[in-house]
Amino acid sequence: MIPSAFDYAAPATVEEALGLLSKAAADGNDVKVLAGGQSLIPVMKLRMADPSLVVDLGRIGGLSGVTDNGNSLVIGAMTPHHVMATDPLVAQHLPLLQQAAATVADPQVRHRGTFGGALVHADPAGDMPAPVLATGATFVLAGPGGERRVDAADFFQGYFTTAVEEGEILTSIEVPKYTGWGSHYEKFTRVAQQWSIVAVAALVRVEGGGIAEARIGLTNMASTPLRATGVEAALAGAPLTVEAITAACSHAGEGTEPASDLNGDAGYRKHLAQVLATRAVLAAVGL
Amino acid sequence: MTATAETRPEVGTARLRKEDAHLITGRSRFTDNMVLPGMLHLAMVRSPFAHARITAIDVSAAKASPGVFAVLTGADVAGEQGSLPNAWPITPDQKAPAHPAIAVDEVAFAGEVVAVVIARSVAAARDAVELVDVDYEELPVVMDLEEAATDKVLAHTSLESNKSATWVFDSGEAGTGTAIADALANSDVVVERTLYQQRLIPAFMEPRSIVVDPTGQQITMWSATQIPHILRLMLALTLGIPESKLRVVAPDVGGGFGGKLQVTPEEVITLLAARRMGKPVKYTETRSESLQAGHHGRAQVQRLKIGATKDGTVTGLHVDLLADMGAYLGLVTSGVPILGAFMYNSIYKFPSYHFECHNIFTNKAWTDAYRGAGRPEATFAIERMMDELAVELNMDPLELREKNWIKHDEFPFATVAGLEYDTGNYEAATAKAVELFGYEELRAEQKRRRDAKEKVQLGIGVSTFTEMCGLAPSRVLGSLSYGAGGWEHAQVRVLPTGNVEVVTGSSAHGQGHETAWSQLVADRLGVPFENVEVLHGDTQVSQRGLDTYGSRSLSVGGMAVLAAADKVIEKAKVIAAHLMEASEDDLEFTNGSFTVKGTDQSTALGEIALAVFAAHNLPDGVEPNLDSEATFDPVNFSFPHGTHLAAMEVDTETGEVNVLKYVCVDDVGVVVNPMLVEGQVHGGLAQGIAQALYEEAVYDDAGTLVTGSFVDYLVPSAPDLPHYITDRTETRATSNQLGAKGVGEAGTIASTPAIVNGILDAVRHLGVKDIKMPCTPSRVWHALQEAETTGGVQ
Repeated sequence: MIPSAFDYAAPATVEEALGLLSKAAADGNDVKVLAGGQSLIPVMKLRMADPSLVVDLGRIGGLSGVTDNGNSLVIGAMTPHHVMATDPLVAQHLPLLQQAAATVADPQVRHRGTFGGALVHADPAGDMPAPVLATGATFVLAGPGGERRVDAADFFQGYFTTAVEEGEILTSIEVPKYTGWGSHYEKFTRVAQQWSIVAVAALVRVEGGGIAEARIGLTNMASTPLRATGVEAALAGAPLTVEAITAACSHAGEGTEPASDLNGDAGYRKHLAQVLATRAVLAAVGL
Repeated sequence: MTATAETRPEVGTARLRKEDAHLITGRSRFTDNMVLPGMLHLAMVRSPFAHARITAIDVSAAKASPGVFAVLTGADVAGEQGSLPNAWPITPDQKAPAHPAIAVDEVAFAGEVVAVVIARSVAAARDAVELVDVDYEELPVVMDLEEAATDKVLAHTSLESNKSATWVFDSGEAGTGTAIADALANSDVVVERTLYQQRLIPAFMEPRSIVVDPTGQQITMWSATQIPHILRLMLALTLGIPESKLRVVAPDVGGGFGGKLQVTPEEVITLLAARRMGKPVKYTETRSESLQAGHHGRAQVQRLKIGATKDGTVTGLHVDLLADMGAYLGLVTSGVPILGAFMYNSIYKFPSYHFECHNIFTNKAWTDAYRGAGRPEATFAIERMMDELAVELNMDPLELREKNWIKHDEFPFATVAGLEYDTGNYEAATAKAVELFGYEELRAEQKRRRDAKEKVQLGIGVSTFTEMCGLAPSRVLGSLSYGAGGWEHAQVRVLPTGNVEVVTGSSAHGQGHETAWSQLVADRLGVPFENVEVLHGDTQVSQRGLDTYGSRSLSVGGMAVLAAADKVIEKAKVIAAHLMEASEDDLEFTNGSFTVKGTDQSTALGEIALAVFAAHNLPDGVEPNLDSEATFDPVNFSFPHGTHLAAMEVDTETGEVNVLKYVCVDDVGVVVNPMLVEGQVHGGLAQGIAQALYEEAVYDDAGTLVTGSFVDYLVPSAPDLPHYITDRTETRATSNQLGAKGVGEAGTIASTPAIVNGILDAVRHLGVKDIKMPCTPSRVWHALQEAETTGGVQ
């Protein structure tokens, strides 16, 4: 299909991009920021979005790549999923993100689609938001008033809605290192190339033969990614047994509001969340 | 006269496909690749409503849009568009609404065309679509098949009932068996079930595309179609254009699966637009349009009763079908369930059979042929019922089947449905499948998992099938009120250089005709495989043909090719005798040369071709050139069969199913190219498994297609499908000289019940009796939950 007519700009710097966004807002034009285009282009082709201006971030240097920042990794917003799935720093310090990135769509999409683009798109069934939420990352936004930092807990606000304001651009994500933590992303789909029906991201710190701390993210269990706080609380201090982990994960459906669709109703999704949480935690701790 | 077995090395060889080099390297000629000088582009305005009256259409803004040449509505073409054809009126009193290519007064499904924009570019046409202002008065919709059968809501205001036709076959009345009522009354057990065949979308890879060039002496249409010949005839009849003024070309066509066995509104519209503009015009549908407005398949409710004696001898089968036509009757919509009518008895020899089918309209896209067309539905029903009966009788499902199937020494066998099966050997195919599968070992593993109450249970699905293919003896089609015959046509031309041109009426769209026909002719004429060129898919090149569907190409079209090759040999022999001054009786034809018996005097086919082309020295009464043509009309269908076994794992925690092992042993008769057969089996299995597990066209209550993209209509890809263990037995068909049967639909027909039977076998001990297709994890889990709450668990 063919999208409606639109203007296209490919700025060379973040400043230039912000200027284009401000001007478009002042002129009352509908503007969309293009990262990897794996979500925006399809909805434009279906004419579900018809921006008058598309600002392509693809020519701006310095927005892609992973750097070591001591206690955290700084991940450029334009870093492709493929890099997330193969980067040695990510593999060493944030294997959860590596695992999740490797499940995104297919190789073509992983080479074009970006980490930051997926987070700003904020599809509740997308695979990056819940793991990032679980890590407690910080989102770095550039805007007309300068840089702004937003905690992951405040970033995802609703269906396809984030804390990124009009005129702002996500430039990087600072993710605390979880070196040495057990981690696993358990994704449930009907076919290989499908959005998650439900997925569970687990980060687990084992200490002295028991679980010291766990951070659990849920994909597609509400209009935003969620933390399974009930599970996290129940796991803290739990022994490393299948029974204890299963019991703790029975809280996974609490506080969730999943949608019902062709892949399953809300009740099924709540059940799946428990089963997948159990599997994710067991895998994370190597049981 | 013809080549002997020792000199036939091509048939049976797994030749790589001739077609692949140009397709794989992108040097392809798909319709959308066509660019003609001055070509205009179309975009369709489609109804968002499933049932509505069109009260007004304002096209002024669209017409004023940049690059737009014209906008046509139904009213603009009402006098010339005719009504799209239904070639299979199954009963004399069949009812059907008029089927205009562009709706005039009323739309009956979401996606129906209400106007067309003609513009300089696709983009300009697409932009203008948004500017066409259509006023609709919404009408009540009827989406559910069983509800539609009650006539409470009518799918068309022009019809008094949603019932199109009722077609009945009864073995008692037909004299092919006994009366069903008595048979069931005298049975020890009668199992009654209602099964659902969900609606599927053919989902071919290349969307439909049409280019029409109205300039010159004829109107030429290129179309991504399976049926260039039938399309030409039907366009002529529908639009009143002399057939001789139409040329239809099917260039490279990227799959069809029955979905391109159609005369589409878009083809008619593109032709009308081109004729009106006097310029070439192109229309290529989007994937969304393809899913929404291409024809769908299956969509039946099957109400079934099967009777048996205590020892497992089946006494009779009663089939009462509701078949969802959708909103209109397409080319063979009404006949699809009838193709199944002859197959519910499958490989079994029970004495009593009753079939009735009620064709019903709903406000959905119309249904029509989809890979197997009626036969997968029938096979699913009988194979599911055999399993249900086995459970009822506490018998092994294979043992029950063996007890009832036709033994190999009972062929030819006149079936209760009125067909004569020529050959088959169900014992051999099943024995081979059981061995490859490791049936006993898997049964032991199943027991172990059950006893241990493991979370992942194991089930074994059995499906023994046969199908009627090689459509079809023309007289049989006539007896079923089908609008055409079932013959096929071919020409063979030996060129002066010795190269051979084969023209076939059976137009390929991915099957590998060019390779297989080359193999057939190379053997028959004793020429190298590489020297044979197969031409097809253009009514100006291949003037006669009935195209490709119903696994007919080899057993009908291939036979026509061989018959034409034989005629070439006959003619060449006369000339060879003349050239060598020998008697025809003293000549033998081997390896492409005529030899005078007992001498070393010989002349090759190529030399004869050159001589007959030059025509300097021909015997009296022999015309120049070494050409021939032949038409083959089969005397019977062919009946491939096979045994498919699926080991299915069911994760009782999530409802997820996994194909642990899949074995199929197919008997497709004599094989020309094992690689092509393997490819057909693999693709067929994928589509059959897709019906069992993944695919369903779902509409909401308002009539919108929910599965309007591949995000929601789940077509499995390679990682979603198992490793297949395939093998064959070979029982020659006697209905054609080659002994071939047909393989295009086998995998699709057999695999669906194998998978579903396997899933049910895995969870039946937990109280689950049925799961609707597709057996999604959610449905399997809910079935398990329901069984648990109703005390199904032992």
